[in-house]
Amino acid sequence: MTAKRSWVAHSPVAAVVLPVIGLIGAIALWWLAVIAFSIPEYLLPTPKDVTLTFFEQPAYLLEQLWVSFLETVEGFLLSIVVGVPIALLIVRSVLLERLVYPLLLMLNSIPKIAVAPLLVIWFGFGQGPKVLMVLLVCFFPVVISTAQGMKSTPAELVELMRSLNASRTQEFFKLRLRFALPQIFTGLKVAISLAVIGSVIAEFVGATEGLGYVITQSGASADTSLAFAGITLLSLMSIVLFYGLVWLEHLLVPWAEENR
Amino acid sequence: MIRLDGVGQVFDGREGRITALEKIDLHVHAGEFVTLIGRSGCGKSTLLRLIAGLLPPTSGTVEVAGEPVTGPRADVSFMFQRPALLPWRSVLSNVLLPVELDRQARDRTTYRDLAHTLLEMVGLQGFERRLPHELSGGMQQRVSLCRSLIRSPQVMLMDEPFSALDALTRTELSEELQRIKMELSTTIVFVTHSIEEAVVLADRAVVLTPRPGRMREIVEIDIPRPRTLGPNAHLEDVARISGRLHGLLAEKTAPDDVRPTDKVRSR
Ligand SMILES: Nc1ncnc2c1ncn2[C@@H]1O[C@H](COP(=O)(O)OP(=O)(O)OP(=O)(O)O)[C@@H](O)[C@H]1O
Ligand SMILES: [Mg+2]
Repeated sequence: MTAKRSWVAHSPVAAVVLPVIGLIGAIALWWLAVIAFSIPEYLLPTPKDVTLTFFEQPAYLLEQLWVSFLETVEGFLLSIVVGVPIALLIVRSVLLERLVYPLLLMLNSIPKIAVAPLLVIWFGFGQGPKVLMVLLVCFFPVVISTAQGMKSTPAELVELMRSLNASRTQEFFKLRLRFALPQIFTGLKVAISLAVIGSVIAEFVGATEGLGYVITQSGASADTSLAFAGITLLSLMSIVLFYGLVWLEHLLVPWAEENR
Repeated sequence: MIRLDGVGQVFDGREGRITALEKIDLHVHAGEFVTLIGRSGCGKSTLLRLIAGLLPPTSGTVEVAGEPVTGPRADVSFMFQRPALLPWRSVLSNVLLPVELDRQARDRTTYRDLAHTLLEMVGLQGFERRLPHELSGGMQQRVSLCRSLIRSPQVMLMDEPFSALDALTRTELSEELQRIKMELSTTIVFVTHSIEEAVVLADRAVVLTPRPGRMREIVEIDIPRPRTLGPNAHLEDVARISGRLHGLLAEKTAPDDVRPTDKVRSR
């Protein structure tokens, strides 16, 4: 009994096999439900319908996936490029913090979906407004986590650096930034999940391509299988992006895993 | 080596002014081992930070090696109560951190060799590439000790470096520190609130009283070295001096523990 439980908890094989079994089980249940209650395809397609729909036009769907992927990643990277320096400035200066922080909070309190139509009015139907939307949703978690991380440096380590006569630059790069990395990654992982949502919302509102566009179109023609195919691709993308980050974190901050 | 004249330190805290230290006159000779002993909050850490140049005194003067202290010096090292290791650096590169930060330091290979020698001396050979979290608390504190020795300091300031360790490890490290001290003839100021530690380590023990932190007395400890806490030829001396320190510390000067509650009540 105990041996079995420890296999479930600790074996790396179990860590892969069990989620797969869970997934297969869920798909089987879904399939079974559709057949058992004879649900029509336009309400709930079977996994088989969804797969067939995908293979009717794989090139087209992958192209749309690529569009959404680029928007998501570009917006996400942009949020790092913009958010991290702002966070660093906020941490550096109390004046700036007082000046900018409430503004950021207000900005964050706006429901982003409400802004999407405005972005279309201002910037049209291209990729620009989508990237901007992703930036908007990612920005806040990136700034907050970076700022928090920069403030989390233990006082004794700061004192140590000072007792070693470290310059402010050394203190910044060799201590504070390194110490902030785990928290920054926590923020990034939140942000990347939001990023996918952001790009889809933007595509819902006004677009000519992208998976969000495919899904709205399929809704209009009651092609539920196509919508499911789009959704599946989106979740796969989301998972890949998330675990990409987890992998990067594992490479960059292996020492933080200890405290997780 | 270290000279404090009429040193006082006043903090402007949230609760008003706190006189942490008052009228401290202390002269530590080169190669001497001095412990500062006193109750919690009597200003021991503050005094050490003043000597380290981490804090400018409100009044009086602090000199190290004949020069007034204006900031942290390369020949003075500071060791903290907790190991204060950078968690992403290996043991070796933690030990080398002071050299790496020093823009004037040359000859890094020599320091690397020195680091290996130091780690070997504290029994950490073979652990050079480990990360701090892979070590026990005692091992981490040993790494911290090596780091504070890497630039061959003239003065070592140690703020309760062993207080977070278990009794046995603590005794071991105390013995190691004595050995190092005898080999390198470093001047050491060591903060503790353990009477045992003060008696084993110090040439002189400076007893501080709290609120405001003042020097109560300096107790000479002339027991021959190396000293140990276990079965020892000088049990009588140890008992006599321990008793004396205990008496000084137990004196009811300012009842440290009562005041905060009084404050709460009067509000
Ligand atoms: N930066 C500071 N600001 C305000 N008050 C301070 C500051 N540092 C220390 N104090 C006050 O000065 C007094 C002495 O503090 P210090 O840390 O030197 O005591 P200590 O003897 O080292 O105590 P412990 O044995 O608990 O470490 C305390 O009352 C403390 O509240
Ligand atoms: Mg202290």
